[in-house]
Amino acid sequence: MIEKIQGGLGMNTKLLFYILKRLALAALTVWVVITLSFFIMRAVPGGPFLGEKAVSETVIKQLEAKYGLDKPLLTQYFTYLKDIVTRFDFGPSLKQRGRDVVDIIKDGMRTSIKLGLIAASIALVSGIVLGAAAALRRNKLIDKIIMVITTAFVSMPSFIMGSLLLVFFAIKLGIFPANGSTTAGLVLPVITLALYPMAYITRLVRSSMLDVLGQDYIRTARAKGVSGKNIIFGHALKNALIPVITYCGPMLAGIVTGSLVVEKIFAVPGIGRAFVNSITGRDYPLIMGTTIVLSVLIVIMNLVSDILYKIVDPRITLE
Amino acid sequence: MPLLEIKDLHTYFYTDAGKVKAVNGVSFSLERGKVLGIVGESGSGKSVTAYSIMQILEGNGEIVSGSIKLDGQELVGAGEEVMKKVRGNRISMIFQDPMTSLNPTYTIGKQLMEAIMLHTNRSKKEAYDRAVEMLRLVNVNEPLKRMKQYPFELSGGMRQRVMIAMALACEPDILIADEPTTALDVTIQAQILELMKSLQEELGMVIILITHDLGVVAQMCDEVIVMYAGSICEQGTVDEIFYNPCHEYTKGLLRSIPTTSDVEKLMPIPGTPIDLLNMPKGCPFAPRCENAMKICIKQPAETIKINDNHTAACWMNVKKGIDEGKIVFDNDMEGGDLQ
Amino acid sequence: MNKKIFSLHPDLDAFMPASEAEKEYMVEMRQSTTFFKDGVKRLLKNKVATASFIIILTIALASIILPMVWPYSYDAMLGVSPGKPVDSSYNNLRPFEYGATELRLIEQGEKVFPHIFGTDSSGRDYFIRVVYGTRISLAVGFFASIIVLVIGITVGSISGYAGGKIDLYVMRIVDIIYSLPDMLVVILLASVLRVSLAGVIEGSVLAKIGSNIISLFIVFGVLYWVSMARLIRGQILSLREQEYVLATRATGAKGSWIIRKHLIPNSIGVVIISTALQIPSAIFTESYLSFLGLGVNAPMPSLGSLASEALNGLTSYPFRLVIPAVVISLIVLSLNLFGDGLRDAFDPKLNK
Repeated sequence: MIEKIQGGLGMNTKLLFYILKRLALAALTVWVVITLSFFIMRAVPGGPFLGEKAVSETVIKQLEAKYGLDKPLLTQYFTYLKDIVTRFDFGPSLKQRGRDVVDIIKDGMRTSIKLGLIAASIALVSGIVLGAAAALRRNKLIDKIIMVITTAFVSMPSFIMGSLLLVFFAIKLGIFPANGSTTAGLVLPVITLALYPMAYITRLVRSSMLDVLGQDYIRTARAKGVSGKNIIFGHALKNALIPVITYCGPMLAGIVTGSLVVEKIFAVPGIGRAFVNSITGRDYPLIMGTTIVLSVLIVIMNLVSDILYKIVDPRITLE
Repeated sequence: MPLLEIKDLHTYFYTDAGKVKAVNGVSFSLERGKVLGIVGESGSGKSVTAYSIMQILEGNGEIVSGSIKLDGQELVGAGEEVMKKVRGNRISMIFQDPMTSLNPTYTIGKQLMEAIMLHTNRSKKEAYDRAVEMLRLVNVNEPLKRMKQYPFELSGGMRQRVMIAMALACEPDILIADEPTTALDVTIQAQILELMKSLQEELGMVIILITHDLGVVAQMCDEVIVMYAGSICEQGTVDEIFYNPCHEYTKGLLRSIPTTSDVEKLMPIPGTPIDLLNMPKGCPFAPRCENAMKICIKQPAETIKINDNHTAACWMNVKKGIDEGKIVFDNDMEGGDLQ
Repeated sequence: MNKKIFSLHPDLDAFMPASEAEKEYMVEMRQSTTFFKDGVKRLLKNKVATASFIIILTIALASIILPMVWPYSYDAMLGVSPGKPVDSSYNNLRPFEYGATELRLIEQGEKVFPHIFGTDSSGRDYFIRVVYGTRISLAVGFFASIIVLVIGITVGSISGYAGGKIDLYVMRIVDIIYSLPDMLVVILLASVLRVSLAGVIEGSVLAKIGSNIISLFIVFGVLYWVSMARLIRGQILSLREQEYVLATRATGAKGSWIIRKHLIPNSIGVVIISTALQIPSAIFTESYLSFLGLGVNAPMPSLGSLASEALNGLTSYPFRLVIPAVVISLIVLSLNLFGDGLRDAFDPKLNK
């Protein structure tokens, strides 16, 4: 009797191949972002110094010479690319004289990463708990309450959520400071950032839990005599959480983009605020630098969550 | 005392569209050492009967009334604690689709050992050894390697063997097999049935084999129950059912088996199964029955004993009795009995 | 054993064969309906989806009709009249307050239409600005979805039908665009396009719409078509493989027949649903960009820009934030719920 064995030895090689393929795509994506941002910025009519007040022709010429903007476009492009790849250098900021873009980003990153990671953990933990609770109490009152609230949260843009929290908790009630430069001031930004992904994960876990509970292998487990509690925490939850892994990448990306406005609303000294200020202030090197760094972050997070998904779920066939 | 005794079982599902009477007054009993086949179309209530015995119905399903006795112990209303010790230990079950019936994210070994450790006091090491032993028993090659593999790495037939190993690991009294071969290739089907037959002889457990394949029944079973629309139409030994069918539905089923020897035309049963939400008040098979009589439409037939090994619920038997003068009606509105 | 069979006198007629009509009478057949009718029936049964649809319809109609009949316009600064100094009593009115000249008119016994939501810092009637902003947000969401739909269908169906090398290249491009961090690229594009476009479209009809909105549409057209294209391509590929399509082909049906009778009816549901769900996400994006100052051109309001402007006077006039926030959430919520309802009602794969 010969029964076919699928997977087997080839599994790890396949996984490696998949990871390499995804790495290549990630690198390509980052390159596209760099190239895109470079040429888009250079396409601005009048060049990056148009916004400067009362600048004479000669001064512009001097500035262009200083920043290497008088060279041919392609030369500029390759210099820019080389500086990023070899020295992680995005050049100097135009508006914050004497500071390099990299330093501004580094400063902002410290706060932003703290903010993002706390928000992500809160969203994950509470989303999973609420989602599982809703699924297990399906169609009961608690399920309905959870669903109504999460539906409302999913329909509210983060800037509105943030502003409303600011109005109620900082201005009306005065519980938390409105300024996010202190630790206590980070409470409201964290909540703002966590609410949307939390609501999303709750809904995701609920529907995936319900799906898993209807699967044949749960019936098998019941037929074996496994108790209800062990079925939920042993058999069901592990399978139900697999979709959450795929959401982790987009969630962190969402937190990154959400932090742009949230940091603006609460005046958090993070990279998001630097980015928003660079847009309003037309600080082109800073716009490019922050875009590229944030893009790299998002691409890496998507990459990690996709690869993790393939590793955790043994069923996935790798192409 | 019979090993399993079921009396007047009613299991309903409460759906948005209404109450679905999936099992509607099923009674039968089962002695040790037998193989019972339950046949019927999809939706006839054969699987729901099995799930009711195990009490693993979906959330909206409920045993409304009736009694299920295992070795004299009443299981209906016995509570989850009792059932946990029955399931997988005294009554085991294997399912139709081996592709989806194993947890995809657990190894074969873990799933086997879980079943063993739930019902015995074996240590992890002993459970491991027992699991390997079971895999060997069901003819899985390279059992040590399989223990570490995930279900998706195994073929369908192999997975069904694992399911059987898991079900038999605690030496149950009863094995319920819910269409165990339907999802498998024909050659694998034969192997699995052969395996079940030989294990039954070796271990002496009772098998309840749920199927819609009369060929499988003829090959495997001692007794047969034919179900239609949640009720038993006919019940008896294999020989009785196959050679002396006394219900129009059973006759239809037998006519619809393709044969190689006969030149007779293949006769499918016309129509579709009854809508369980709109059960007619008469015999549920009457709308599709070519010999349906006026009474069939008005009144459900009662179960009549044909002989010691055979009962059926069909008005045709009554008609036959009247025609042959075996049934005489008294004036005090009593019906007669057959024989 | 004495079994009771009848509760009545034996009626031998009961053992006569039943007619077909009698048999059929037994079975209450369920009415057969078309797929579309069935879907509409299911949709109407879904109270949440129906209510959502009514809310959207009401908001949409109000945003179209109200500006036509309202006595104030969204860009008229009430305190500013030609030849007179600016009357600052019109700025920052609270709900149902009046400006100085209006109060004088009321004293003279004339009726003045109230400022339901007050006025903004430039003395513009806030109610009509919210209504107008709703109109803009809805329009942006709607047209952006149409753009996405058109580009997605074109690229997706070409890729799905042509197959081979064309499909391969298109799908690689789709992969890359798909993995781009969309919001960041949107911001980048929007921040540059609005500057570059302003010069290009000056004087033309497009200038009326404003460079910001056009750049928003371009951004949507460049980035968001990929999921739609993937969806369409996937539909075409999978439907091509379906056995009923094969069966149709075997009976001698032509390509155009298969497209009309099988491909379109079978994929239209999925396409409509994902377009419906695209609208709220477009509204989301627009409001997000407006909030960053990259949305519609002033003085045109959108719900996002209204919320953004409200941040400046947040401590004194929080209602100016709350009102557009509620409206935008209501729209997005209703559209999402309606989209979900549509999916439940029309996606045949979900029917149980």
